Amino acid sequence: MSEKELLNVKDLVVDVEEKEILHGVNLTIRPGETHVLMGPNGTGKSTLGYTLLGNPRYTVKQGEIRFDGKNITAEPVNERAKAGIFLSFQNPLEVPGVTLSSFIRNAVEQKTGKRIRLWEFKKQLEAAMELLDMDKSYAERDLNVGFSGGEKKKAEILQLLMLKPKLAILDETDSGLDVDAVRTVSAGIREYQKNSEGSLLVITHSTKILESLPVDYTHVMVEGKIIKTGGAELVDEINESGFAGYEAEEHR
Amino acid sequence: MKEKSYVEDIDRSVYDFKDDEKDAYKLQAGLTPEIVEKLSKEKNDPVWMQNFRLQALQIYNEMPVPDWGPSIEGLDMANIVTYVRPNTNMKAKWSDVPEDIKNTFERLGIPQAERKSLAGVGAQYDSELVYHNVREEVAAQGVVYTDMESALKGEYADMVQKHFMKLVKPNDHKFAALHGAVWSGGSFVYVPKGVSVEIPLQSYFRLNAPGAGQFEHTLIIVDEGADLHFIEGCSAPKYNVANLHAGCVELFVGKNARLRYSTIENWSKNMYNLNTKRALVEEGGTIEWVSGSFGSHVSYLYPMSILKGKGAKMEFTGITFAGKGQNLDTGAKVVHSAPDTSSYINTKSISKDGGISTFRSCVVVAKNAKNAKSSVSCQSLMLDAISRSDTIPAMDIRTKDANVGHEAQIGSISDEAVFYLMSRGMSEEDARACIVSGFADNVSKELPLEYAVEMNNLIRLEMKGSIG
Repeated sequence: MSEKELLNVKDLVVDVEEKEILHGVNLTIRPGETHVLMGPNGTGKSTLGYTLLGNPRYTVKQGEIRFDGKNITAEPVNERAKAGIFLSFQNPLEVPGVTLSSFIRNAVEQKTGKRIRLWEFKKQLEAAMELLDMDKSYAERDLNVGFSGGEKKKAEILQLLMLKPKLAILDETDSGLDVDAVRTVSAGIREYQKNSEGSLLVITHSTKILESLPVDYTHVMVEGKIIKTGGAELVDEINESGFAGYEAEEHR
Repeated sequence: MKEKSYVEDIDRSVYDFKDDEKDAYKLQAGLTPEIVEKLSKEKNDPVWMQNFRLQALQIYNEMPVPDWGPSIEGLDMANIVTYVRPNTNMKAKWSDVPEDIKNTFERLGIPQAERKSLAGVGAQYDSELVYHNVREEVAAQGVVYTDMESALKGEYADMVQKHFMKLVKPNDHKFAALHGAVWSGGSFVYVPKGVSVEIPLQSYFRLNAPGAGQFEHTLIIVDEGADLHFIEGCSAPKYNVANLHAGCVELFVGKNARLRYSTIENWSKNMYNLNTKRALVEEGGTIEWVSGSFGSHVSYLYPMSILKGKGAKMEFTGITFAGKGQNLDTGAKVVHSAPDTSSYINTKSISKDGGISTFRSCVVVAKNAKNAKSSVSCQSLMLDAISRSDTIPAMDIRTKDANVGHEAQIGSISDEAVFYLMSRGMSEEDARACIVSGFADNVSKELPLEYAVEMNNLIRLEMKGSIG
């Protein structure tokens, strides 16, 4: 593991519609590392994910986000995406009029700044779809339109595999998936890490998806703050006793 | 809450080119019986047509200007030159068309369209048809596709006389009367019994002379069991003088026949588009309208379908895009006057930069139209807080035994959708254009490829600089 920092979040304070949600978050992720962000519902985990990508609804009041050696706190969303940050959405939006295939192709070309040959792209896309156990017909369907919850999540991981970002933030990717789908999606994520040596920030409040992923760091977030950081063993601990202890600690 | 969007005026220079005026003949402005007579004589009208024009002129002079829609105060009829004839006769070959006129069409992509193996191209330059070509195999099927002037005198003269302005009578409204008096140019199509025209026929209209009105007449008769797709595209360069378009389209759909009529109108933004379109559908017949309204300053456009025979059907798919300084009043009307008839109206409207888009629908179900079905759906997208979108549905249902539904939805571009697209590297402008194109997608899907591309280009052009 390299000593170089890929993501460095310093003292991040974030407002959503005038209400402070994150109260000073610090987080460092180095290339190739897998971080897990856990915590009860409504604690600010997704807010952190959206803020890292630059959703304009989330206002950074204080602190700084550095990515790949650059301060990106004020960068627009698309520039962050091109720099190599990817977010797998919890609820991917439906966009009629754009097929999944042309959407991904456009995204790849935006990122690399190069045109990609159609047959080459198709080959890669089909291989990735096979890995994710996705029917090939989805490639020519409108982006997420009429997809089931599971297919939407798979389509997100498909984009992850094709875009090969430096940092992938997975926001509750396992929620609403059955056991088989979780397994397939996990396989996709492992493939991403293997081929791209990418870093992962896995946001979850369950532990289903972590069973097959090697975890380097676990962070527990409660009420807008990371209150504990540990190794993989922290996942097991939470698995057994939940967040009750942490919440009590916070209120003490 | 996002602030009001600032949206730039778009660059229409692509469409706003014009040629020097070289008209062989131009009538003086204003409208009197003398002018109409002169026009009729110039056109070598049959006697009945000459009388028809004068009667229509009288109705025109007696009728009031409509007072229920967008203002047409900027329109001064005394200053409209009603008839402009370009200095060329009809040409059968593209190479024979004069260079400056050809350039105009080149820029509008007409010859390319033909190269792409379309059935026929009739392009109307000002008031006369200058280029007209029907592919041989279509003509061999017995399909007649010609300009209205020739149709009046040719083999089908009786058929024309029997149908001309019988569906849209001059006393329908003031501008129908005006049309009856000064109409010029347009297309006549006859598809014989049982003939199915495989590739679409298309025409392209545009106005060139400043202050000139365009009053083309389209008459299409699709006989029993026949099938046709007709495409009409319109564009006009921009002038300071108010321009008027008062065309008329009459469609006769025979028993078990099908006609699809597609239009993309992209008049320049000083145009008053007061167009009247109507279809009469016999038993088991189908009329399908695809209608895109992008240009013009003011539009009044409500294609009407009369479902006369048992089981007749209509489908209407429309899109309206109103930008700065535009007031587009569009919609559809349908009259169910037989049992088992059905109508399906699906429209989208987009308004931007202070543009006003109004959707009017009118569904009439007569007493005898048992088991009629009608569904009306209108979705509006407002791109900023200064634009406006209204829906005005009217229904007159005279039987209990009918199934009628109406649905309207007004929304704006979701910030979350923009964020999602940008999160994959798309710029904000592209993300918004992508969402608007997606909104219009069900209309683009109804269009032939090159028109769908043109419509998407128009949307991109309109969306340029529109960052919220």
